[in-house]
Amino acid sequence: MKNDDIRASLLKRSRAAKNERFGKILTGLCILIIITVVVAIFYFVASKGLATFFTDKVNLWKFLTGTIWNPGTTDAQGNPQVGALPMIVGSFGVTFLAAIVATPFAIGAAVFMTEISPKVGRKVLQPVIELLVGIPSVVYGFIGLSVVVPFVRRTFGGSGFGILSGTFVLFVMILPTVTSMTIDALNSVPRNYREASLALGATRWQTIYKVVLRASTSGIITAVVFGMSRAFGEALAVQMVIGNAMLLPSNLISPASTLTSVLTMGMGNSVMGSLSNNALWSLALLLLIMPLIFNIIIRKIAKKGAMR
Amino acid sequence: MKKKWFTLFVLPIATLLLAGCSFKQTGQSITAVGSSALQPLVEAAGDEFTKENPGEFINVQGGGSGTGLSQIQTGSVEIGNSDLYASQKSGIDASKLVDHKVAVVGVTPVINRKIPVKNLTTTQLAKIFSGDITNWQQLGGPDQEIVVINRAQGSGTRDTFERWVMKGRSAVQAQEQDSTGMVRQIVATTPGAISYMAFPYVDKTVKTVNVDGITPTAKHVTTNQWQIWSYEHMYTNGQPSGLTARFMAYILSDSIQDKVVAKMGYIPVKDMQVSRSLQGKVVEINHEK
Repeated sequence: MKNDDIRASLLKRSRAAKNERFGKILTGLCILIIITVVVAIFYFVASKGLATFFTDKVNLWKFLTGTIWNPGTTDAQGNPQVGALPMIVGSFGVTFLAAIVATPFAIGAAVFMTEISPKVGRKVLQPVIELLVGIPSVVYGFIGLSVVVPFVRRTFGGSGFGILSGTFVLFVMILPTVTSMTIDALNSVPRNYREASLALGATRWQTIYKVVLRASTSGIITAVVFGMSRAFGEALAVQMVIGNAMLLPSNLISPASTLTSVLTMGMGNSVMGSLSNNALWSLALLLLIMPLIFNIIIRKIAKKGAMR
Repeated sequence: MKKKWFTLFVLPIATLLLAGCSFKQTGQSITAVGSSALQPLVEAAGDEFTKENPGEFINVQGGGSGTGLSQIQTGSVEIGNSDLYASQKSGIDASKLVDHKVAVVGVTPVINRKIPVKNLTTTQLAKIFSGDITNWQQLGGPDQEIVVINRAQGSGTRDTFERWVMKGRSAVQAQEQDSTGMVRQIVATTPGAISYMAFPYVDKTVKTVNVDGITPTAKHVTTNQWQIWSYEHMYTNGQPSGLTARFMAYILSDSIQDKVVAKMGYIPVKDMQVSRSLQGKVVEINHEK
């Protein structure tokens, strides 16, 4: 009898095991929901976006390299005019330029905050950067429209709308993201690296330049990529300052457009299922795929560049 | 410990579930979606309607003429607002939709205040927007580059403007903005800028120009002397019934047409001395009085 009790209690799931199973199911369910949402989004955007090529028979190559975006009309041969190259160039243009401008500033600020003056960094700069992250993009766009655009117009000529204005606005927008992630990367460099370097007689600058920055290269690259994906996906602020002309940009101060700005402008004015609407979904698909490819490439680079 | 778990998981799920069911209003309500040019008018009329008929609500949303037409096509709303005839929009089966012309709206070219040009011909306008004329000097103005600002493709205002000004010419690829508010802001602040907007949106920050010597006024629209105008349509899927029918009758009633429509810068349909068909044929209306 007594043995049976023990036997039964051993065979029965204990309270702790039940709790554990409950936790597993709960967390698994959360992951499942998230994955379902992601897959659903991919499926929806892909099914709509690919319709341009399968239902409306648009040549994929022509879509990617064409320079005339006029989905409502057809050209002399009767093909719809859906050339996305101006938008692709515009999107990548502002993204790369903003990243190029922002990276040195971000690294400089991060070095100051972690290596040179951590106290001031934590007390003053950290809150400032966090504040910058919290500003809604429409505010950046509005400032861009009323400050940056006239400034560019006076200094460089043109109408002021263009890639250059977009770069300035995006630079400010991604700077806090890149900076705070770079700070994390620098902080994760083990303390003994710095100590060893100093013990060898290196100056502080030599330590920063030859040891700390080298050791955190992959972290910094990740920070830049995050900044770039934010810049790539930003719609509102860029749309307000870039001018939204579906033209291949000839210079930095001529009006251009980005994938996102064309999307936000066109959605309300086209009808679900029509070619103009499908073409917009194709742009959305591009927006979904590009950063993905982007991420994979940079990850590979970061892996190679990691500490030996 | 248990409580924390509860908050962490049950709360968001409960929120999601709650979001799924809308609160039941005590009265009836219908939804009108679409054209942002027509939105303020329908909102104002809806407010008046609710005041007179407590418990009956008109939800008005923007989103553009394309949204309005596709939503009414699928039957997800009661009224679809549009600046265009439904048959002008590709992908819309107009045969099932019933057109209610609730107002007329004029569209006028606007320029930056600093440009002293007062009058343009239709040909000049067409040449500006097709990119053949690029400097104000060619139009008797100062040596200043013309900055063309268009509305987004498929916008009702743009379609109206291009139909009556460009007459088949294709527009130059230029800056595009998706709202009249942005257009006004940019025209006001950019030297040499030209664009176009519906009469209700014109204010002191921008300057209108005469076209072929005709001033952009409601009076000139009613006689078709000012040709750049369009009907504002409210489409219903099939003949309206119930609350929708009553609201359509209300918005076409004299009290709304005389007070609200005219006050907001639109032109009441009954004031029109001509009517214009989908194909653009103009017929004079005999007002028998």
